[in-house]
Amino acid sequence: MFDNFVVPDLLPAASEIFLAAMLLVILMVDLFVKDSRRTPTFLLTQLTLLGCAAIQVYTSTADITYTFSNMFVDDMMADLLKLFVYMTMIVVLFYSRGYLFDRPTMNKGEYYVLALTATLGMMVMISANNFVTIYVGLELLSLSLYGMVAMNRDSVASTEAAMKYFILGALASGMLLYGMSMIYGGTGTLEITKIAETLYNAESNRTVLVFGLVFLVAGLAFKLGVVPFHMWVPDVYHGAPTTVTLLIGSAPKLAAFAIVMRLLVGGLITLAADWQDMLIVLSVLSMAVGNLAAIAQTSLKRMLAYSAISHMGFMLLGIVTGVVSGDARYALNAYSSSMFYVISYVLMSAGTFGVVLLMARAGFEADNLDDYKGLNKRSPWFAAIMMMLMFSMAGVPFFIGFFAKFSVLQAVVAADYLWLAIVAILFSLIGAFYYLRVVKLMYFDAPADETPIAAGLDMRLLISVNGLAVAVLGVFPQVLMSLCAYALLRSL
Amino acid sequence: MDFPTAVFFFLSAILVFAALRVITARNPVYAALHLMLAFFTCGGIWALLQAEFLAIAIILVYVGAVMVLFLFVVMMLDINLDRIREGFWQYLPLGAVLGLLMVLEMGLVLGSKYFQVPAAEAVVPAGVSNTKEIGTLMFTDYVFPFELASIILLVGMIAAIVLTYRGPKKSKISNPNTQVFVKAKDRMRVIQMPVEKD
Repeated sequence: MFDNFVVPDLLPAASEIFLAAMLLVILMVDLFVKDSRRTPTFLLTQLTLLGCAAIQVYTSTADITYTFSNMFVDDMMADLLKLFVYMTMIVVLFYSRGYLFDRPTMNKGEYYVLALTATLGMMVMISANNFVTIYVGLELLSLSLYGMVAMNRDSVASTEAAMKYFILGALASGMLLYGMSMIYGGTGTLEITKIAETLYNAESNRTVLVFGLVFLVAGLAFKLGVVPFHMWVPDVYHGAPTTVTLLIGSAPKLAAFAIVMRLLVGGLITLAADWQDMLIVLSVLSMAVGNLAAIAQTSLKRMLAYSAISHMGFMLLGIVTGVVSGDARYALNAYSSSMFYVISYVLMSAGTFGVVLLMARAGFEADNLDDYKGLNKRSPWFAAIMMMLMFSMAGVPFFIGFFAKFSVLQAVVAADYLWLAIVAILFSLIGAFYYLRVVKLMYFDAPADETPIAAGLDMRLLISVNGLAVAVLGVFPQVLMSLCAYALLRSL
Repeated sequence: MDFPTAVFFFLSAILVFAALRVITARNPVYAALHLMLAFFTCGGIWALLQAEFLAIAIILVYVGAVMVLFLFVVMMLDINLDRIREGFWQYLPLGAVLGLLMVLEMGLVLGSKYFQVPAAEAVVPAGVSNTKEIGTLMFTDYVFPFELASIILLVGMIAAIVLTYRGPKKSKISNPNTQVFVKAKDRMRVIQMPVEKD
C-alpha cells in the first residue's frame, strides 16, 4: 500500500513543526503557571518565536524547495516574510503586556497560545503551494483572530466586532473556495505551480478561469480589507481590544501579501491582464474611500483602520504593474516595491498602535483623537516618536513611508500608468491631512489630562526603537529594498 | 433515463426541498430537522457516485453528531424569533432584487456555451475501496493540511473554552468547621460615628 511512499523532507518546514510543538507545550505549561501575570507563558512564547527565527535563518537556502508532496514551498520570499512575521509578533506581544495586566479577562495563557496559532497560520499561508494549504492556513489564522477579538467578552463592542469579523470572514472564505473550485475545474489541479504550467502550456477554458478569478479576487480583497470589501475593517479595528487590533493590523498583512503573490502571480500570471484590471479598480477605490473616510473619524483606531484600507490599496498598485501587456520586464521591480511597501507599513502600523497601547491604562483606552491633545507637554519624546510615525504614514520625505510610496510609484510610472500614479499621489496628499492633524493635536493643543505615562522600561525602549527604525530605514532604505528584491529574484 | 439518473433526480428534488425548508421554516427545530434531511440526501447522492466513505462520514458526523448537538442547543436556548425576524419584510424587496440579479448573472455565465468544462470520467476499477484510498492519501500526500486541520480544531476548542469558561462555580454547601471557628470580629464591625444632631 505504501510502496511508493517517501517520507517528506521535514527540514524546510522545521520552523513550522517547532512552532506547532511548542504551542502544545505552552498550552500544557500554562496549566501549572501560578503567576497571575503569566510571565513564564509570555517568556516561553517569545523564546519560541525567537527559536523559529533562528531555525528559519539556519535552514534558509537560496533555492526553492518543495516538500510534503509539493504542498509546501520554501523560498527566499517565504524566509524573509516569515522572519518579519516573527519579529512583528515578538514586538506585538511585548507591546501587549502592560495592556493585558490591566485587563484580567484577557490576560490568560490562551492569549499567547492563540497568538502562536495565528503565527502558524500566517507561516502556512506564506509557504503555501497548494489551494488546500492556502485555505487551511487562512482558516487557522482567521479562527485564532476571531477568538482573540472576542476575548474581552464582557465588552459589547468586542463581541460585536468578533461576530462581524466571523461572519464576513466566513463569507470571504466561501468566495475564495468557490473561486478555487472553478479554477480547479478549469485546470484539473490544486497545485499552484502546476496550475501555472497547465495555463502556460495548454489551451484552457478562459471563461471558467476568469469566472473563478472574480471570486478568488473578491475573497482575497476581503482578507486584505480593500474597498468594496472593506466594511469589516473599521468595526473590527475599533471594537477589538487594542492589542488585538495591533496584531490584526500588522503581521497578517504580510501573510495576505504572500497569498496574493502565490495565487495571482505564482499561479495565475497568464491571466494577469484580467486580474490586474480588477485590482486597479480595488486599489483606486481603496485609496479614495480609505483616505476620505479617515478624515471624518474622531477615533484614532477607526482612523487607522481607514488608513490601513488606503495603504493596502496603495500596496496593490505594485502588484498591478508587474506585467505590462505581456511584458514582464518590470515584474521584479514592481513586486519587490509592493513587498517593501507592506513590510514598511507593518513597521509603521505596529509602532502607531504601540503608542496607543503606551497611552492606555486600566479603564482608559486612549483611542480618541482628543486623548492625544498636548502629548508634547506630557511626554516630548513619545510625541516625537508618534510624529515620526505619522509623517512616515503620510509619506513625508526621508521616512520609510516615503520611500515605500516612492518605489511603488516608480513601478507604476515604469508601467506607463501615469494616471494611476497621479491618482495615488492625489489621494496621498488628501491622506496627509489626517496624519498631520494628529501631529497638530499633539503639539499645538492643550492637554486634556496631565496623567504621566506609566509604562514599563521595556515598552518605552521598544517603541523608541520602532519609531527610530522608521526614521533610520528612511535614511537607508536600500538595505531593506535590496533584501526584498533579492528574495523575490530568488523566488519568482 | 436510466435508473441511477432517476435516483439522482429524486434525491436532488428532496435535497432542494429540504434546503429551502431550512431557511423558510418558522420553527428552528423544523429547520434543524430539515437540515438533517438535507445532509442525509447528500449522503445518498455521494453513495450514488460511489463515494461511500463520504456518504457514511457525512451521515455519521453531521447527522449523528453535529446536528444532534445543534438540536440540543436550539431546544435549550430560548431564542426570540420575533427579534430575529425583525426587519425581514423591510429588507426583503432589496435583498430579493439583488439575489435575483446575482442568480441571473451567474446563470448567464455558467449556462453559456463558452462555459464548458470537459467532463472527467471517474474510472474506478473494481475492488478499489475509496475508504482505503482516502485513508492512504490523507496520511501521505495530504498529511500537511491534515495535521494543520487538527490544529484548527484545537484552536476551536481553545477559543470556545476561553470565551465561555468563567471559573469554577462556588458551591453553596457551608463548611461546619469554619462555622464553628468563626470569631465575632469576622462577622461584626464596630463603627465610631459622631452623634447626629438634627
